[in-house]
Amino acid sequence: MSGIPRPPYCSAKVHVPFLEAVRLALQTIWVQKLKSFFTLLGVMIGVTFLIAVVSIVGGMNRYMSDELVGKIMAINSFELRQRPSINIGDNSDEHRRELRRRPPIKEEDVPAVAAILPADVRWAAVGLGSLPAESRYQLKPKSVRVFTVTNDYFDIKRMSPVKGRLFSQQEYTHGGNSIVIGQDVATYYFAGLEPIGRELIVKGLPYVVVGVMEPQGSAFGQSFDQFIIAPHTSPLNRLVNLHGVINTMIIQSPSATGMTATMENVREVMRIRRHLRPNQKDNFELQTSESALAFWTKIKGYLVMAGVALPAIGLIVGAIVIMNIMLVAVAERTREIGIRKALGAKRRDIMSQFLVESATLSTVGAALGVATGFAFAKLIAALSPLPAAVELWSVVVGISIGAGVGIIAGVYPASRASRLDPIDALRQE
Amino acid sequence: MSNQLDTLEAPLGVTAERQAVISAQGAAPDKDWVIVTRGIKREYDMGGEVVRALRGVDVAIQRNEYVAIMGPSGSGKSTFMNVIGCLDTPNAGEYWLNGLQVSKMSDDALARVRNKEIGFVFQTFNLLPRATALHNVELPLVYAGVGAEERKRRAKEALERVQLGARMDHRPNELSGGQRQRVAIARALVNNPSILLADEPTGNLDSTTSEEIMRVFENLADQGQTVIMVTHEPDIAAHARRIVVLRDGLVSSDDRRSSFIEKLGIPAPVL
Repeated sequence: MSGIPRPPYCSAKVHVPFLEAVRLALQTIWVQKLKSFFTLLGVMIGVTFLIAVVSIVGGMNRYMSDELVGKIMAINSFELRQRPSINIGDNSDEHRRELRRRPPIKEEDVPAVAAILPADVRWAAVGLGSLPAESRYQLKPKSVRVFTVTNDYFDIKRMSPVKGRLFSQQEYTHGGNSIVIGQDVATYYFAGLEPIGRELIVKGLPYVVVGVMEPQGSAFGQSFDQFIIAPHTSPLNRLVNLHGVINTMIIQSPSATGMTATMENVREVMRIRRHLRPNQKDNFELQTSESALAFWTKIKGYLVMAGVALPAIGLIVGAIVIMNIMLVAVAERTREIGIRKALGAKRRDIMSQFLVESATLSTVGAALGVATGFAFAKLIAALSPLPAAVELWSVVVGISIGAGVGIIAGVYPASRASRLDPIDALRQE
Repeated sequence: MSNQLDTLEAPLGVTAERQAVISAQGAAPDKDWVIVTRGIKREYDMGGEVVRALRGVDVAIQRNEYVAIMGPSGSGKSTFMNVIGCLDTPNAGEYWLNGLQVSKMSDDALARVRNKEIGFVFQTFNLLPRATALHNVELPLVYAGVGAEERKRRAKEALERVQLGARMDHRPNELSGGQRQRVAIARALVNNPSILLADEPTGNLDSTTSEEIMRVFENLADQGQTVIMVTHEPDIAAHARRIVVLRDGLVSSDDRRSSFIEKLGIPAPVL
């Protein structure tokens, strides 16, 4: 015997050859690339779907709240309206009829509501419609959105002119023919010209442009810069709304908490004015950015369901395939298991060897899935107006799920391997 | 116990051996005895028919002995080797290995014993085909929990001991049969086992290579390694210094060197 001291007989903690198993698994994948690819396809597709759906939903979410609703709705504000401006959720005929039956918001509602608002709350009455417009420089008429607004509108919306000015107090009180226009209107009707002081003919009558507003951007390919804004007292108001009717009253609180309280007071006033009994529902709309987002929340629900169901199917199929492959591997390597056992491998050594192997396999599949999911999301972002952002947590979750699937799929084959009798295993050819 | 043990050829050994075997049940044998079996029985249930492979085997082997276990097929020698190698547990009887009673150990405890106390050399070499010679030799140390550096150092040392230091990065399919068996021997020795247990170690080798492997065993035995070899070839068994013959699950003869070999008419090798 050599002079090397023998290690203590029962060294309790036995080191699990973790890296060796990982290396072995990677080697197996490399040697049998095609077979491994098919083995890993299920897990790969599952994780691809997970990453893609999460990125698209995440991107849409950000888009919805920042771009779309953020632009339509001012911060800490709500709108008193006849019916919601965005309504995609409930599209039943009955619901639509109910919305149409509602009485419109009248001009005399405005002072009554304004009377109960605290001093620090701003409000604006808005008339809205689409009217054909033309100019001396652009003879092809086009329909533009026309807003007729009261004093605080631009403050609430945080809109300011890049050229010219907003309306004077005089113009707000007595009307007149001043208008401000959006970027698209300026470029369409006054291409290459200075629009300030020029005339825009709206439904046959001339109006003078006093200001051009800064760009408002777009959402879903829909520009927010195609507008004309006039004072509420402008003759345009009569063209966009029926007599004595307004489209919207925007009310903005200095804080989010103040907004909720104010909203309840406004509800109260409107219900009294409309003689609603306690058991009757509101026949007007108080639209907040959350209620405007409600439709999106609903769509998101379905998307998330798809985002869970599709990966789940992929992962279950992947798990079954991996389990089969591991059972084949155990059968093919029975002798190796026998050798390892004869050399002192315990049950849990064999168990962990095969678990690590199957976890490595499916983690590689998951990593491939992350890559293809990422590519998929980028492709969708490139080919459609839908934005997509790959979120780090979904990558982490994807890879962990991949490893988890491998471990679960590996338990049965690994425990079968670990329980093999070393004599029988060694006898196998 | 056969009467032959009382012959004059090795009176001291026999007496001590007998003492080791027949001492009170459950009593640990003297330290010098690396293997003591007392009344080992092993029965298999083969589809309702009970096969009695071992019917009460008493053997005691001292440290540094070089023993061959022989017997015709069906004699129980493979079963006996499995029991000695802690791959199988007896139905009855006691088995003391290096002062430890292993006959009643659990699977994992047996795995630990195999790892620390036994070095296996198989007829078919049983190397991992995808691993290099060095890695094959490292394997027992992996399961012993030896760190990577120490493992590599000791594996190299073991390979050098069997004159394979130059070929340690080769895979088994790049090695000749004799070289493979020497890798297997290096692997068996790397964890300094109490016994080297060889099962038909030359069964798959030509006669020249067999001689070469037998010389390796002899050298090891000379250096003080306990070697137990199962074989059915008398000329291979003749290299051993003691021959135990099993027949029908019992020890039919247990000779120190010469007499058995003389009976077979084979000259004793010059040691």
